[in-house]
Amino acid sequence: MFSRDAWKEIFETIQKNKLRTFLSGFTVAIGIFIFVVLFGFGNGLTNTFAKFFGDDATNVFFIFPGRTSVPYSGYKADRQIEFDNSDLADIEKNFAMFVDYVTPRITRGGLVKYKNESNNYTNMGVAPSHQFNEKTIMMKGRYVNNQDIKDKTKYAVIGRLVEKDLFKGEDALGKYVDIGGSSFKVIGVFQDDGGDNEERKIYIPYTTRQLIEKNTDKIGQIVLGFKPQIGYSGAMSLENSLEKYLKSKKFINPNDENGLFIRNIADQLKQNQQLASVLQIIVSFVAFGTIIAGIIGISNIMVFVVKERTKELGIRKALGATPKSVISTILLESIFITTISGFVGMILGTVLLNAMGDTLEDYFITDPYIDTGIAIFATILLIICGALAGYVPARKAAKIKPIVALRDE
Amino acid sequence: MIEIKDLHKSYKMGSNSLHVLKGINFNVEEGELVAIMGSSGSGKSTLLNILGMLDVLDEGTYTLDGVPIINLNETKAAKYRNKFLGFIFQSFNLINYKSAAENVALPLYYQGVGRKERQVKALKYLEQVGLKQWAGHLPSELSGGQKQRVAIARALAAEPKVLMADEPTGALDSKTSYEVMDLLQKINDAGNTILIVTHEPDIADMCKRIVHLKDGVIVEDKMVDQVRASQYV
Repeated sequence: MFSRDAWKEIFETIQKNKLRTFLSGFTVAIGIFIFVVLFGFGNGLTNTFAKFFGDDATNVFFIFPGRTSVPYSGYKADRQIEFDNSDLADIEKNFAMFVDYVTPRITRGGLVKYKNESNNYTNMGVAPSHQFNEKTIMMKGRYVNNQDIKDKTKYAVIGRLVEKDLFKGEDALGKYVDIGGSSFKVIGVFQDDGGDNEERKIYIPYTTRQLIEKNTDKIGQIVLGFKPQIGYSGAMSLENSLEKYLKSKKFINPNDENGLFIRNIADQLKQNQQLASVLQIIVSFVAFGTIIAGIIGISNIMVFVVKERTKELGIRKALGATPKSVISTILLESIFITTISGFVGMILGTVLLNAMGDTLEDYFITDPYIDTGIAIFATILLIICGALAGYVPARKAAKIKPIVALRDE
Repeated sequence: MIEIKDLHKSYKMGSNSLHVLKGINFNVEEGELVAIMGSSGSGKSTLLNILGMLDVLDEGTYTLDGVPIINLNETKAAKYRNKFLGFIFQSFNLINYKSAAENVALPLYYQGVGRKERQVKALKYLEQVGLKQWAGHLPSELSGGQKQRVAIARALAAEPKVLMADEPTGALDSKTSYEVMDLLQKINDAGNTILIVTHEPDIADMCKRIVHLKDGVIVEDKMVDQVRASQYV
């Protein structure tokens, strides 16, 4: 079956029936190619999700003040809730068991100037632990520290793109920038995986911000990092008790939905991960469909090939070909073609995925890739199915009496 | 060489059964050149197919070169065909994507003959039918007579005991037919046994013996004086 002569016979047949070879090869190659590309896109989509939501820490609550919608305990409705420094301390004290860190976030915008360059940037008054929940990465210098908070220093930590825009290649460390009319010394430059907008921010100590704003003790939002060990259900119950505590402290009706808001990243993350896995399932389903279509395609071609060769097979049988040699001729030919073209399609698909890299990032596809194992598995599956699909008509052809096959049409 | 006793064959056509051969008794000795004649539907092609192991008999016995041909599975039939028989068809049945030489070499491939030897033998038999210089051509580049001569070379290549020709001249004009018959006569002169199915009396007259079939039985079996085809060529 695997003699050199048999292979020579097969190569000759392949060479002399180019259209047939091309058709079956093309079907297999395109099937595998589309499968690899689609599957890669699915992975790219999942990557995008991971990147979107992997940028910030996931064990974080964002607490926003709101406006009450119902009167409560002597207060009128439509009252603006504000957080102040005592809330930070109270949360830290009362939830010490669960809380990793608490940091305020006072967000302001405004013109930032250095020499002749100026631009509008968001600046945030924060505490040192804010670095953890944004996963801010320091490129040079340092982040805001506790001494800065205590001394209300006029220090600023600027984003990579702020440095690039304002300093034009100059080293920003130690230089002074004008933020909303006050002069701040740059003590650090950071980068952030969250994208360009994240790198156009400026962090300053929150106490400095409060000092500038008439020495107020008000803070905008509270960012709270809880201990990851408490898990998903722990986070959900922490969210509930935190909400209860703050509502009672701020005299908000427990049923008032608008007094304050807690954004629970863990909850969101879980939903997003579910969405991503549903997307992956859908894409895998489509990719699997492509493989099925490929199998049906190669099966059709095999049936056609055997039909077309019925007469030739009849001649061969009349000349002394055994049924076994008839079947093995057809099968080896089909396996040979599908193997070569299957791997060609697989390699082309993989090369295309690699070449694309980040170019489709705008369409939410980041670094598309496919596990080599899955690609090879799909290719082998197609080859085996092609062989099976060829075997049935081949066996039938081998059983046809030569006299029937040779009958003139 | 060939011994047939009380051969019956019928085909099922739906619920009816068509009795094609109704008790044929027939012997062929080595070196004979036999024409099997009959109108269409007389059963002559069915007889040849059974003799050629392309079809199986229902009743009776068939012995070929001392070997009883009975209960053959496909693999065994293929081996016997390859060893004992060479076929020549009305429509040539060459493989259209193989050159003349490759077509001739094909039965040798199934005999397990090595590649080099196959090529040498194929050229030898092509030379015998006068087509050596056409060895590399595809069937589509050959005339009808040339195709049939390639087919004859292919039938000879396996060095069979019996050559079986089913209307070998049916698709050829009379001049080419005589050329083919001339070739077959020469092959017969060399000692080969040949069976020819035909309905053309002039072709039958070029054989040494004529067996007449009608409605599934042999109605006439006679020796004739052979007309040499060479005088017409």
